[in-house]
Amino acid sequence: MPTVYDLVVIGGGPAGLAAATQGASLRLSTLLLDEQTEVGGQIYRAVGSTPLRNPAIVGPEYQRGRELARDFAASGAEYRGGATVFDITPDRFIGYEREGTAHFVQARRIVLATGALERPFPIPGWTLPGVMTAGAAQILLKSAGVVPGRRTVLAGTGPLLYLLAAQLVRSGHPVQALLDTAEGANYVRALADLPRALKRASYLAKGLGLIRALRRAGVRHVTGVTDISAQGSDWITSVSYRCGPRKATLETDTLLLHQGVVPNIQLTQALRCEHRWDEAQLCWKPVTDLWGDTSVSGVAVAGDGSGIGGAIAAEHRGRISAIAAGWHLQRIDAAERDRMAAQSIKALGRELAIRPLLDRLYRPADRLRIPDGEATLVCRCEEVTMGDVRRSVELGCTGPNQLKAFVRAGMGPCQGRLCGLTVCEAIAKERNVAPAEVGYYRLRPPVKPIALGALAAMTPPEPEAELGQSDTNKKRAESVPATSLERIS
Amino acid sequence: MSVEFTLDGEPVMARVGDTVATALLVAGAGATRTTPVSGAPRAPYCMMGVCFECLVVIDGVADRQACMVKVRPGMQVRRQTGGAEL
Repeated sequence: MPTVYDLVVIGGGPAGLAAATQGASLRLSTLLLDEQTEVGGQIYRAVGSTPLRNPAIVGPEYQRGRELARDFAASGAEYRGGATVFDITPDRFIGYEREGTAHFVQARRIVLATGALERPFPIPGWTLPGVMTAGAAQILLKSAGVVPGRRTVLAGTGPLLYLLAAQLVRSGHPVQALLDTAEGANYVRALADLPRALKRASYLAKGLGLIRALRRAGVRHVTGVTDISAQGSDWITSVSYRCGPRKATLETDTLLLHQGVVPNIQLTQALRCEHRWDEAQLCWKPVTDLWGDTSVSGVAVAGDGSGIGGAIAAEHRGRISAIAAGWHLQRIDAAERDRMAAQSIKALGRELAIRPLLDRLYRPADRLRIPDGEATLVCRCEEVTMGDVRRSVELGCTGPNQLKAFVRAGMGPCQGRLCGLTVCEAIAKERNVAPAEVGYYRLRPPVKPIALGALAAMTPPEPEAELGQSDTNKKRAESVPATSLERIS
Repeated sequence: MSVEFTLDGEPVMARVGDTVATALLVAGAGATRTTPVSGAPRAPYCMMGVCFECLVVIDGVADRQACMVKVRPGMQVRRQTGGAEL
């Protein structure tokens, strides 16, 4: 098994699949490392193996995943599933764990395609069993053909929430209510984005169609919801909400929360890529150029990990980043690169045209990102409350990394995935400064847990510099184009 | 196609291909761990390996993410209570 690849792609969703397929078509030796055991990432989860008798429940876009999977399988790129990346060194050695053993592989170019994760939704009771994300429900639907709960309530805002509601309705599953937290004023603010968004008018029409379908199915759509809380002891029993002056409580056994997705920045942070705070999308994202290249040499990001754009935009970004990798590796010149990428760049622009409208319409409300309640948990792992954060700032804590020392926020197993944004914005609000000034948790490998036994079982890789001339000839014979043996150090 | 595993010693049926987290939810297992800090009950939240709420003991190894592990015949799953005892 070779230990050096021209291109290693991390992540098996649309960006990763498109990047790896493109890389292989440029005759780059290409490896795709996927934490899941089959391709598709989350948006196309289980697309090749779904037990759903009627996948149309999920929606027509889901089938795009099968096409991407088929193209990838035919591409000649190598697939390694069940591979959890825990480390990437500045020399581009990638450590991953697979079936209880750690491995390292080196890449001349890396494309990170680890996608997005759900924005935290810190409401009172959000840690109760029976409270899950909309994404969790979609994964259950796609991968197992099950829907959680019998008296399901959906809460929050964003296209994925409405899509989930439609999927549940199509599957014949009763949805008690959709507690919609989109702020009315957003609709007025969003008018400015409408002309640009009309480039993707079909997308808008689809959204309106979803909402009409919900109404026809008798799902209670409560708009203008401002406060939500979950009650229960060992499992959720009810959800309360406020809507204007009105307060109400619904009995429920499953509450599905969603207020958008945000880039997964765990690997880019651990690599010390430069990041910036995006005030429109209210999240941190790695700084990338139009090719997806980060501030770290040899590392590019494609897909939602570079900024939320959706599944089709992710494909285009994947292709663009792999074409750029081909140029960096001197397999194609700049003119060829520009020619090959032109169509994808244009298509990407069209896909992203609707984003400003969506970002504005579905901007999560301030108090649902930064909870008012003192007792509301901010860090689920270490059970740190909003009150703990406020008191820490009062005592002089200025940022998330200091906060770790004060109250251990961010030091639990999720490594800040569920509290990083809340903590950043909460400290910014308490200090009355911009989130960009507050910063983010310093993340260090391992980026996913790794057992000592797995490391002990590892065979260290051979550095390419030790390959002699005869080995280079062997590589040519294997029809992998010879590279100019650049020293990887 | 079904596969059988045990939860805290009791037999549970699962669909072949389901993750442990899916199987526990489908089986109505309720809370799947209690937290080290306060002993609060928790259950799967994100189903995609991000939240680390679904930590269970699988075949004697603690802190396994149930949503990332597929059920195998005879697998022994135990709920985690609190933190590790050294």
